[in-house]
Amino acid sequence: MDQHLLSIVLLTPLAGLLVLLLLPGNKNLIRIWANLAALAGFLVSLPLVFRFQTGAPGFQFEERADWIPTLGAHYHLGIDGISLLLVMLTTAMGVIAMLCSWSGIQDRVREYYAMFLILQTGMIGVFISLDFFLFYIFWELVLVPMYFIIGVWGGPRKLYAAIKFFLYTLAGSVLMLLGILTLYFQHFQQTGAYSFEISELMKTTSGMSLGAQEWVFWAFFIGFAIKVPMFPFHTWLPDAHVEAPTAGSVILAAVLLKMGTYGFLRFSLPLLPQASADQKIVQILAILSIIGIIYGALVCLMQKDWKKLVAYSSVSHLGFCTLGIFALNPNGIAGSVIQQVNHGISTGMLFMVIGVIYERRHTREISEYGGLGHVMPKFAIIFAIAMLSSAGLPLLNGFVGEFTILQGAFEANRVWAAFAVTGVILGAAYLLWLYQRTILGQVTNGKNLTIPDMNFREVAMFVPLIAWAVWIGVYPKPFFDVLRQPVTEIVERVHPDYFKGSQPQPALAKLRAKLGTQVAAQAGGAR
Amino acid sequence: MIDSLYTPYDHFSIVPALMLALFGCAILLFDFLIFPDPRQRKWLLIFVVLAEVFTGVGLYRQTGYVAASPLQAFNGSIQVDQFSIFFNWLFLIAALMVAVVSYRYLENAGEHHGEYYSLILFAQCGMYFLATGADLVTLFVGLELMALSFYVMVGFLRSEKRSNEAALKYLLLGAFSSGFLVYGFSVLYGIAGSTNLKTIVNTIASKPAWDPVVYLALITTSVGLLFKVAAAPFHMWAPDAYEGAPTTVTAYLSVASKAASFAFLLRLFYGQLAPFAAMREVWAPILAVIAVVTMTVGNLAAINQSNVKRLLAYSSISHAGYMLLGVVAGNETGITGVEVYLMVYTFMNLGAFLVLVALRRQKIIGDEMDDISGLMKKSPGYAVLMLIFLISLAGIPPTAGFLGKYYIFWSLIEAHQYTLAVIATLYAAVAIYYYFRIVKSMFVAEVKEKEPMATSFGIRVALAVSGVMTLVIGVYPEPFLKLAQGSLLR
Repeated sequence: MDQHLLSIVLLTPLAGLLVLLLLPGNKNLIRIWANLAALAGFLVSLPLVFRFQTGAPGFQFEERADWIPTLGAHYHLGIDGISLLLVMLTTAMGVIAMLCSWSGIQDRVREYYAMFLILQTGMIGVFISLDFFLFYIFWELVLVPMYFIIGVWGGPRKLYAAIKFFLYTLAGSVLMLLGILTLYFQHFQQTGAYSFEISELMKTTSGMSLGAQEWVFWAFFIGFAIKVPMFPFHTWLPDAHVEAPTAGSVILAAVLLKMGTYGFLRFSLPLLPQASADQKIVQILAILSIIGIIYGALVCLMQKDWKKLVAYSSVSHLGFCTLGIFALNPNGIAGSVIQQVNHGISTGMLFMVIGVIYERRHTREISEYGGLGHVMPKFAIIFAIAMLSSAGLPLLNGFVGEFTILQGAFEANRVWAAFAVTGVILGAAYLLWLYQRTILGQVTNGKNLTIPDMNFREVAMFVPLIAWAVWIGVYPKPFFDVLRQPVTEIVERVHPDYFKGSQPQPALAKLRAKLGTQVAAQAGGAR
Repeated sequence: MIDSLYTPYDHFSIVPALMLALFGCAILLFDFLIFPDPRQRKWLLIFVVLAEVFTGVGLYRQTGYVAASPLQAFNGSIQVDQFSIFFNWLFLIAALMVAVVSYRYLENAGEHHGEYYSLILFAQCGMYFLATGADLVTLFVGLELMALSFYVMVGFLRSEKRSNEAALKYLLLGAFSSGFLVYGFSVLYGIAGSTNLKTIVNTIASKPAWDPVVYLALITTSVGLLFKVAAAPFHMWAPDAYEGAPTTVTAYLSVASKAASFAFLLRLFYGQLAPFAAMREVWAPILAVIAVVTMTVGNLAAINQSNVKRLLAYSSISHAGYMLLGVVAGNETGITGVEVYLMVYTFMNLGAFLVLVALRRQKIIGDEMDDISGLMKKSPGYAVLMLIFLISLAGIPPTAGFLGKYYIFWSLIEAHQYTLAVIATLYAAVAIYYYFRIVKSMFVAEVKEKEPMATSFGIRVALAVSGVMTLVIGVYPEPFLKLAQGSLLR
């Protein structure tokens, strides 16, 4: 059982899909079945949590079989702490996304849920593949269903947004493929055997020159940065988010974007340690992240469209995640992973909030709303929690992630931390202002007076996410425990001597080295 | 004396071609004798199927003999090796699939004649000699047999202006290119005093590297070949011929004729029998430029097409560009890549055209973008299959098309051609745009006309086979890659 657990998690949505295609045409039957399939997907992933051995080195639940020996590709699955959190996020958000499309999707129901189940398989596959070829297959598998979800069930400019999303991410991924092939060929030259195995490729890169590593790094960077999206590559995101149906936005924000940050953590850093630790590259990436944080937040302040505001807030929040990764220390990376989960929870909730109100009023203009608190008290409370968790209020999840990332950034470079903090302040500003304009005050628009409050299903889909947000906010220790081992492994790979000596080590070591040379010079001079 | 003129091996080496020619003639004969009524003519398919079964048996038996070393026959003018067998299987699959889908189409177009089936077989017979020929005359006769059959097939819709125009254009440009080719061949003959490829290779090796006569032969032969594979700037015939021809013929032309032309090209440019293999440094950079131009023309021209057949014609030009890049890389991976590419291309491109075949109804031509719109609502099965073929043509995993592209990228990286690799990958993103215009039309646009698809048993079987193969090769490619690797040119 244990040795096939990951395959079961991976294939459950596909099994659900097969049955879904055979069901008769009753819409409600299809909806119920799709929700059950997603729930089953979540339930079979729960044993991963219980049987996961915290602190054990390497990968767990590993599964390995030859797949294409001619190319050296394997069917190799396995998870560590980082993938565990993201897999659980995927399966959990899968259930919630299904639930929140219940009334929003009225035509082509069967195709819609079919696309979602394929998407689910692709996303899980990305997080559990330990073979680069397999990873790439899943990585691309995600594109087609997402194209359809945006392009068929989306808003007025859906086709433009869908093809933009597709073209951007595909261009990035094919360039990444060239990077993968370069590594693959390097491995062949060094060992005489073809392999896509990550553990094998890791041995290769130690023999690669820094220049070659840097080329591969940039190839990976384009693929991952477009997916994240990092600053100059973010322009597809607002369009995709605004046009996508609610569940599409939820999954896009909660899981799809994490594929990019996960790619950095799983591939760029461990496979290309010298390039990733190269001062020039770290500087560029940190600066791009900081621009993303501040630019995203400033653009949010300008938005008139509720959904676009949340979309741009993703750019800002994901900037924190990449900044944490390229702080290259345990706090930064662990904080980044926690923040990825947080962003999934809180931005997922914010998009669902928009979905709830959009189904009632069919507009997303912020100026159309105002004083909703009087009409929809339950909605106001839930929106408040979602908003505060996104803004990083202590005792909710966002605070833990942002704080740890800032700690890591501070340790790496104080200036970065100083700039990033402004992002936190701006974040609070645009979210609170949004809340004030929509919920607080008097009802300014007559149409809003008759809106019904949230029903049981709608409240039910927020409850687990709120519970999760509070859990991370109040007691994040289990999450950090799970992350400690994989994060340590990554940091050791990038900075091999990081854990030798005391904590605020890099700065101190530099000082010590400086003093040492001075003392030596003086001693030499005295002699 | 007699022994050296005709050996048992000689017979064995051409059994498949003989079968094709015999059954082709038989169809011409029996068409008049026993099927005077056009509605009965679909039974001629029995002859086609029998011909292909015998051809298949012949190919299968050849496989055992050539495992160790290639089989030379007719004084070295024919060489049967794993390379030729691999390509002949591709031709067989294409011919069989095209034949079984044609009857409904031709009935709807009002042009169901028996000679159509014999032309399919004759064309395949010509392709057989393109893949096996090791002598300039054999190759040229094979090429002309294939081309002449295609000229007639392209113009098969006698009452349609478009078809006539296409046939005439194809004939004129094809004859022009054959002229170039045969001029190059005559120069090669002048150099070596023999039409045998082996002798030519040896003679060229003994010549000084800068010999202008060899260059002349290289240039004229290449022009002829590039015409045949529809590489820019010699691609002009392709969109018109593809659009005007009956869709079944377009499918055959785009798949089998392209594969045969690439087999021909590889024979002359790669391996021990290739007269130009030693001049790699001379032609590789030029071919690289041609490949890039081909991809550019194909991809950019496809973006704005409103006719699906024409769009697929331009896309097939860009696919030719990708395959040429495999030849440019010139390593084992690259040549395997060309073979893998042609294999997956056979299934996915045939599949895409077969969906268009089913769109041809009694009164509706069915190849405009509007005709395909709303297909998902009208007949979801065809729409989903078309989606699979288009995704595969665009090279997105887990479909077969990805493996073709993958091999080409891999070979370019191996050959350190990074610039070409980046260009090739970026054009893969451009291709998404126009393939997904068709997808958009099928899945998002509204239904424009309600006339049901012109389906038939043959179409359903052929579509199922190509759809399943596109997915199977994509998900479990191992046996197919082994096959392609084993049939490398030596």
